Amino acid sequence: MSYITKPKFQYPGLETNDVGLSRRDYEGTLTTLCGGCGHDSISAAIIQAAAEMSLEPHKVAKISGIGCSSKIPSYFLSKAHGFNSVHGRMPSVATGANIANKDLHYVGISGDGDSASIGLGQFCHIVRRRINMLYIVANNGTYGLTKGQLSATADLGSKTKTGEESLYDNIDMANLAIELGASFVARSFSGDKQQLIPLLQAGLTHKGFAFIDIISPCVTFNNTDSSTHGYKNTWENYIALSQVDFVPMRKEITTKYEAGKEKEITLHDGSVIHLHKTGNNYDPYDKENAQHHINQHKKEGKIATGLLYINQSTSDLHELQDTVDKPFNRLTNHDLCPGSEVLDDINETFS
Amino acid sequence: MSDLVHSTKIKAMPKVNDFVVKFANVNGSGSASANNMFAKAIFRMGIPVSPHNIFPSNIQGLPTWYEVRISEDNYLGRREGVDLMVAMNEQTIKADIQSVVPGGYVLFDSSKALANDLIRDNVNYLPLPLKDICLREFEKPAQRQLFKNIVYVGALAAFLNINFKVLTEMVSEQFRGKEKLILPNIHALELGQKYVNENFEYPLPLQLKKSNKTAGKILIDGNTAVGLGCVYGGATIASWYPLTPSTSVVDSFGKYCNRLRIDPGSGKKKFSIIQAEDELAAIGIAIGAGWNGARAFTASSGPGVSLMQEFLGLAYFSEVPVVLFNIQRVGPSTGMPTRTQQGDLFSCAYASHGDTKQILLFPSTPKECFEFAADAFDISDRLQTPVIVMSDLELGMNEQICDQLSWDDSRVYDRGKVLSAEQLEEIEKFGRYQDIDGDGIPYRTYPGTHPHKGSYFTRGSSHDVNAAYTEDGDVYAEVMDRIALKFETAANYLPIPEISNQAKHRLGMIYLGTTTGAIQEVLDNLAKKGIALDTLRIKAFPFHQSVKEFINDHELVYIIEQNRDAQLKSLLKIECNANEEQMHSILSYNGLLITAQHIERNILDSMTTLENAKDVPA
Repeated sequence: MSYITKPKFQYPGLETNDVGLSRRDYEGTLTTLCGGCGHDSISAAIIQAAAEMSLEPHKVAKISGIGCSSKIPSYFLSKAHGFNSVHGRMPSVATGANIANKDLHYVGISGDGDSASIGLGQFCHIVRRRINMLYIVANNGTYGLTKGQLSATADLGSKTKTGEESLYDNIDMANLAIELGASFVARSFSGDKQQLIPLLQAGLTHKGFAFIDIISPCVTFNNTDSSTHGYKNTWENYIALSQVDFVPMRKEITTKYEAGKEKEITLHDGSVIHLHKTGNNYDPYDKENAQHHINQHKKEGKIATGLLYINQSTSDLHELQDTVDKPFNRLTNHDLCPGSEVLDDINETFS
Repeated sequence: MSDLVHSTKIKAMPKVNDFVVKFANVNGSGSASANNMFAKAIFRMGIPVSPHNIFPSNIQGLPTWYEVRISEDNYLGRREGVDLMVAMNEQTIKADIQSVVPGGYVLFDSSKALANDLIRDNVNYLPLPLKDICLREFEKPAQRQLFKNIVYVGALAAFLNINFKVLTEMVSEQFRGKEKLILPNIHALELGQKYVNENFEYPLPLQLKKSNKTAGKILIDGNTAVGLGCVYGGATIASWYPLTPSTSVVDSFGKYCNRLRIDPGSGKKKFSIIQAEDELAAIGIAIGAGWNGARAFTASSGPGVSLMQEFLGLAYFSEVPVVLFNIQRVGPSTGMPTRTQQGDLFSCAYASHGDTKQILLFPSTPKECFEFAADAFDISDRLQTPVIVMSDLELGMNEQICDQLSWDDSRVYDRGKVLSAEQLEEIEKFGRYQDIDGDGIPYRTYPGTHPHKGSYFTRGSSHDVNAAYTEDGDVYAEVMDRIALKFETAANYLPIPEISNQAKHRLGMIYLGTTTGAIQEVLDNLAKKGIALDTLRIKAFPFHQSVKEFINDHELVYIIEQNRDAQLKSLLKIECNANEEQMHSILSYNGLLITAQHIERNILDSMTTLENAKDVPA
């Protein structure tokens, strides 16, 4: 599809949001992924999420590694800077970018090969460092760009298109993120826009490290009936622990919720996450409970989705390190250079 | 014991301000600070001194040496042979005593008798019952061990005529705020001095005389200077993974940032230090920060730099500024982690796969470490590419005399071609990799600058002049050619070589980095034999045009470097198209700093006839 030039036409009457932008202002270049790829649904969900919450595109930095997943940043928010770095190393690049300018939104896009194999070490450490960002894993259980090898998130016994069966247990990225101290952990499905969009909005708003594991089927290499990452299995075994609504700050809450079956989570900027229809009165503040639910569902061949865990009391790296309010990339000579008189004193200590 | 002294006393050559003292210790025994105090006292007497740590990759129990060269002539390289050995390590004492020059001295702990096979008839012994003295004078076991080192420094003060007041002042400075420690240390110094006073004729013929050669100079190690240079150069982010011998770069940066980079109003920090999970992350963090407009660096050594190769290629091709300090150590592989080498020239000059080239800077003194560190950020921002500062263990971890550090307060950081929102307003179409100025350097923008102009997609995959992905070979080649042009422009921003004479003599020498310390000594000694050479010190890669001219202007040029494979010579062949016949390699790669004697021997050996060597003035 990449030979088609994306049309620039825009209906004059297209609805605009609070910052005067239409949905088209949030789009990226035309996708080059396979028709039906789950990743394109993720791009579409990000576009809708950002447009609805009136995010200013240029205040977002999109950073990715290598692989099909890491192409996604091209396909949304073309007014935002993007950085397609090296395989498995998006976390370090995102860390540096975040330290350089604390005032932007950082969206890291990675895949299961990128984050669960070659970049597993970097993934663990960015979680530990509490980088304030939204980290997305577009999880399809396979290596798409190299034509269908099993990835480390492929479930035990899951089969690829060529019949190769996974002999090893999978790495559950959401569970790992909770274990390592991520303060917002969700799982969703590229096919469930209703759930994914509010989760993306909440993740973008959350202050701290927000992680969303998105099951995103690879239509070409890993969408067979015997694959646990295909559309069929995901639709059949997909359990939403709760339904999620996101209400950005300053917006009026219009939906009516059933009393007693609803949880309201107010984020640092006043935005609100509503969880309703929570099965077993699911408590997303309880770390051990969240991990228990994930494991329990897995045992039954089910996929637990929704907002799995949230903790709003952690500090991000800038708070932990107590950095100045002004972004580092705006500090000047005057802010940074101690000058010759100080150097004279330092010379004294070496004479 | 004094019998031993008298019975073996042989005639010593009087040497004033020109000898080598070597301390043989066990690592972890507290000798380092005592030995440093010894060297610094000599420096404070105005006498040029160059200490060299020869230490193990170990925390406690293995042999370690501290070699102090004292040279009124200001020869700061290592010199072969030891005039006075402070033999404190039983594991190595035999070889240590063997290394003393005839007529030299051995200071040893005479609390235990010296074995017969350790007695040479052509050296002088200075027996000092260190253990007995400390057992008598100090109560705590730790003190008894630690103060042995201070007692021998006190004894050396008497033997060598070190101004005692200089030592006591240093103790007071060192323990400022810990007053309880001052008196026992001074007491230990006095014990050593007193013992010599009562048992020996002193000072020895080997002695120090106050001089004025260190006025206006400082004694500092290269890594400390690098860390300070990063503070002055405006670095806000250091991401690193601990690795000898680079660790103290970030230690120094952190120390000075905590003093100089705290916002006075809020008490908050204008810096961030990230100890990464590995070197890949360390450079990845620095690149992410550089991309986003903050000055960032990492410091490492061979094994870490090997891990950084892929990222260095990304930064080269996507044109992101980043500064890397490579404090070289002995490779390949783990090699000798605590020994020095200039062995990473190849792996850094063309770091990463594909057609790449990297900017290298070669400091030779701590002052240059400071200056090149600060300059590296300007160069990297200007050229939008990595800059690798090639120091080494010798320079990084040893104190060296150099001129005082200086800073021009009118200097403004060169952030290179970065477009502001206002500038973007005036531009019709921004293209990240367009060569607007014809110098190969494109314009860039920081994320978040303008609501709808200037955004682009940075990638390590092939891209066109607007940063869009392309698989069009011609478009790819156009970008690659433009980057090559940028590296031609680079010469204008790099420090130029230091050349003694362009073509006064038939012979020349080319060298870089820590080889520099030996060069003046080589020239002076060869001049006494009627041999004269022109010299060129390389300060940066890609090489300046004058390097090629220098080689062309000489019949024979000695290429002096500290690695096995003549990496510098090969780079000169590749980059300057230099003739193999016109270059003669002098190599040293045993992990110790190259000596003037080694260079002289090799030059003399290479001369087939004396005729060749005769000086021919232009």
